[in-house]
Amino acid sequence: MDTLNLDAPTSGPSTSRRTFLKGGGLLLGFALLGGMTTSVFAANAAQVTEDEVKAPFAPNGFIRIDPKGTVTLVMPMVEMGQGTYTSLAMLLAEELEVDLDQVQVQHAPPNDALYANSILHIQSTGLSSSVRAFWTPLRQAGAVGRTLLIAAAAKQWGVEPGTCKAAHGVVTDGSGSKHLSYGELAEAASKLPVPAADSVKLKEPKDFTLIGTPAKRLDTPMKVDGRAIYGIDTKLPGMKVAAIAISPVLGGKVKTVDEKAALAVKGVHQVVKIDEAVAVVADHLGAAKKGLEAAAIEWDDGPHATVNSADIIKELEEKSKQPGAVARNEGDAEKALGSAAQRIDAIYQVPFLAHATMEPMNCTVHMQKDSCDIWVGTQVPTLTQMFVAGVTGFPKEAIRIHNHLLGGGFGRRLEPDGTVLAVKIAKHVDGPVKVVWSREEDIQHDMYRPYYYDRMSAGLDADGKPVAWTHRIAGSSIFARYVPQLFVNGLDPDAVEAAAEPPYALPNIHVDYVQVEPPGVPTAFWRGVGPTHNVFVVESFMDELAHAAKQDPVAYRKALLTNNPRALGVLTLAAEKAGWGTPLPDGQGRGVSVAFIFGSYVAQVAEVEVGTDGAVKVNRIVCGLDCGMSVNPDTIEAQIEGGSIFGLTAALHGAITIKDGRVEQSNFDNYLPMRIDEVPVIETHLIKSSEAPGGIGEVPTSIVSAAVTNAIFAATGKRVRTLPVDPEMLKSSS
Amino acid sequence: MAYNLKINGTAHSVDVDDDTPLLWVIRDVLGMTGTKFGCGAALCGACTVHIDGVATRSCITTVDSIGDSAITTIEAIGETPQGAALQKAWLDLEVIQCGYCQSGQLMSAAALLKETPKPTDEDINSAMSGNVCRCGTYQRIRAAIKQAAEA
Repeated sequence: MDTLNLDAPTSGPSTSRRTFLKGGGLLLGFALLGGMTTSVFAANAAQVTEDEVKAPFAPNGFIRIDPKGTVTLVMPMVEMGQGTYTSLAMLLAEELEVDLDQVQVQHAPPNDALYANSILHIQSTGLSSSVRAFWTPLRQAGAVGRTLLIAAAAKQWGVEPGTCKAAHGVVTDGSGSKHLSYGELAEAASKLPVPAADSVKLKEPKDFTLIGTPAKRLDTPMKVDGRAIYGIDTKLPGMKVAAIAISPVLGGKVKTVDEKAALAVKGVHQVVKIDEAVAVVADHLGAAKKGLEAAAIEWDDGPHATVNSADIIKELEEKSKQPGAVARNEGDAEKALGSAAQRIDAIYQVPFLAHATMEPMNCTVHMQKDSCDIWVGTQVPTLTQMFVAGVTGFPKEAIRIHNHLLGGGFGRRLEPDGTVLAVKIAKHVDGPVKVVWSREEDIQHDMYRPYYYDRMSAGLDADGKPVAWTHRIAGSSIFARYVPQLFVNGLDPDAVEAAAEPPYALPNIHVDYVQVEPPGVPTAFWRGVGPTHNVFVVESFMDELAHAAKQDPVAYRKALLTNNPRALGVLTLAAEKAGWGTPLPDGQGRGVSVAFIFGSYVAQVAEVEVGTDGAVKVNRIVCGLDCGMSVNPDTIEAQIEGGSIFGLTAALHGAITIKDGRVEQSNFDNYLPMRIDEVPVIETHLIKSSEAPGGIGEVPTSIVSAAVTNAIFAATGKRVRTLPVDPEMLKSSS
Repeated sequence: MAYNLKINGTAHSVDVDDDTPLLWVIRDVLGMTGTKFGCGAALCGACTVHIDGVATRSCITTVDSIGDSAITTIEAIGETPQGAALQKAWLDLEVIQCGYCQSGQLMSAAALLKETPKPTDEDINSAMSGNVCRCGTYQRIRAAIKQAAEA
């Protein structure tokens, strides 16, 4: 490892550039590449830089090359662990013809014109869409850069660009005797007209040297020795830190605060009261938290003080009896249900869930006379800028968002609420202030994955084949709040995703959605969003149908997937690798699930063991995956491992419940994460594919719970229709 | 009250209340941000440091309880043989995702290897189950500890 650099930035916001990039680089002489050039690249050991890098060669939003040869790739999407800073850099580097150890990456500033995600139409890291959205644009951007650098070299040598070649950041002429590094060409290339992105030639996949290889991640070396800077690590001259208490009941307000007691705590400077929260501003969080405790806040609970989970569920139960907005209607499901040889009905429920990112919510704000600076880790920099404009009245150009590595996102950081709150507090504070939520605040003032209540019905013919399928989903609409323009005629496309289009041939299908908003419980996207609920329901119910048809769950599904070869492919692969059909000891079982979600085909087989006390131990997860062309296969495997555990945590432990308007869970002792002693072995089997890339981050989270609950059924004969799994229900009488 | 703390071999003088958790002294007063805040209640292990070589949750360890003990943080764990081997294994096996919990994971693992150079799965479970990773990197953490133990 190189030297540490823990220096605080040396001056105010505009020059707050972190310095870890400088200093630590070892110089890689081009002698190593043949000794034909005197130019050097700075191979940066710390490869993520925080603030904007200026360089003469900047042909588009993504590439910066300076005369010293430093190649900076600007990352339109943010790194929250999913490996996007490496995979997006690979797309650029492949076409730019640089090696990954020759580049550093930089967090993009907020700019939808330059950095919008083509699937989400905004600069937003969500929906497992980064590679899908940037697959073409970033390769084109890289190719534009390469074309210009080659053109600059060819001009200097007086030869045709077509005779020159670029590799490893060096352009070589046709004879192989002349070489110019990208650094040497940066100035000249910056003066050439930039070709249109769609006019440059892209490499054929067979010629890829980087895409599809298991590349080392660019962000991890700085994460093993404390150098990585997350939003919560922001340090500024004169900065204070604040602890915060938000009304325990949503919509409640501060009634009384003992300011004097708070101010008496050593290190406390100020108590800030806003409508819904109190912040204690201090030299360090130890003092701030102590001050907040001393403040002995009393609250006026407001209108939601009597909200309880039971009432929310009752309302869902009632309202889901009525038809909703139709997501899909083919054939005549009602009629086919009536004439079916066998009818199966079931109700499925999944709970509110918190995100509980390891990095608690935080935001640092420096309010100035007519502008402000924000240091935060966010999945949505432009949306955050817009919200801050709203709360400050400043034009958005006056709001500088400094994005960071995220200590987990999972959808939580798609919401600017924490930043808005920090700005409201910072308005009362002279100088920069970092607002840090406690874990309790983070869990109790999250925005939650909705509670969904689903009614399923199916009809089978005499052979057990499904002839009718109805699925009604009731729950909160995130789209109605977050993207109201896409909430049309009462239909939330996210709430029905993976329910409206199951992978199977189902002749008569009716899927509808009933919006039911829980009072006083804000809802939001959560890793896997619609599919993480719908795949559980659809795949559990499909298992019920197989059982009712007295057929093997894999064989039953295969028969319905004959026209869906990629789904059939992953199912066959997962079943084979898992040893489907081979015997297991008593008390153990295997379950399967399959889906097409986020542009990828996935199947999992889970092996579980259920004790006589009802305790569930998941021993093994085998995943078959076809996500099209892969960019970084090792990251895909890592996502399958981690995403499965995120889903398993929810399936086995996760529930947010409401009592008297308050969230009952508060920390990792009652909102349980899976720990190392509990996790299964997870195996990933990837199908080689030349199809367009699919998403991956949310795929395993969505698929895993049904595989596990179906395995519980195989082990015990008991069908889990409500998450999280309740061991009480699985206790055996023996 | 003034305290003299020995952190990574360097003496630091700080003036804070007796009951101030070491975590905030390290992060906010001394500005060493590699040690992370996760739960404030010794439930997640993100804040793990070594005090005289013992893995300790700094979020509930008050500054007045430390005395002359030597504190080691993630910034200096690479100077120990166990820490260096673990950092290498962590990178070789690409353990890390978001990375926020990994300072604590590495500190717990380094204390484990110092005490138990060849840990069994059970040893790993018992030393590491106090460290939460929401990205779910546990499978690779286990493999990396084993690889480092072989180094």
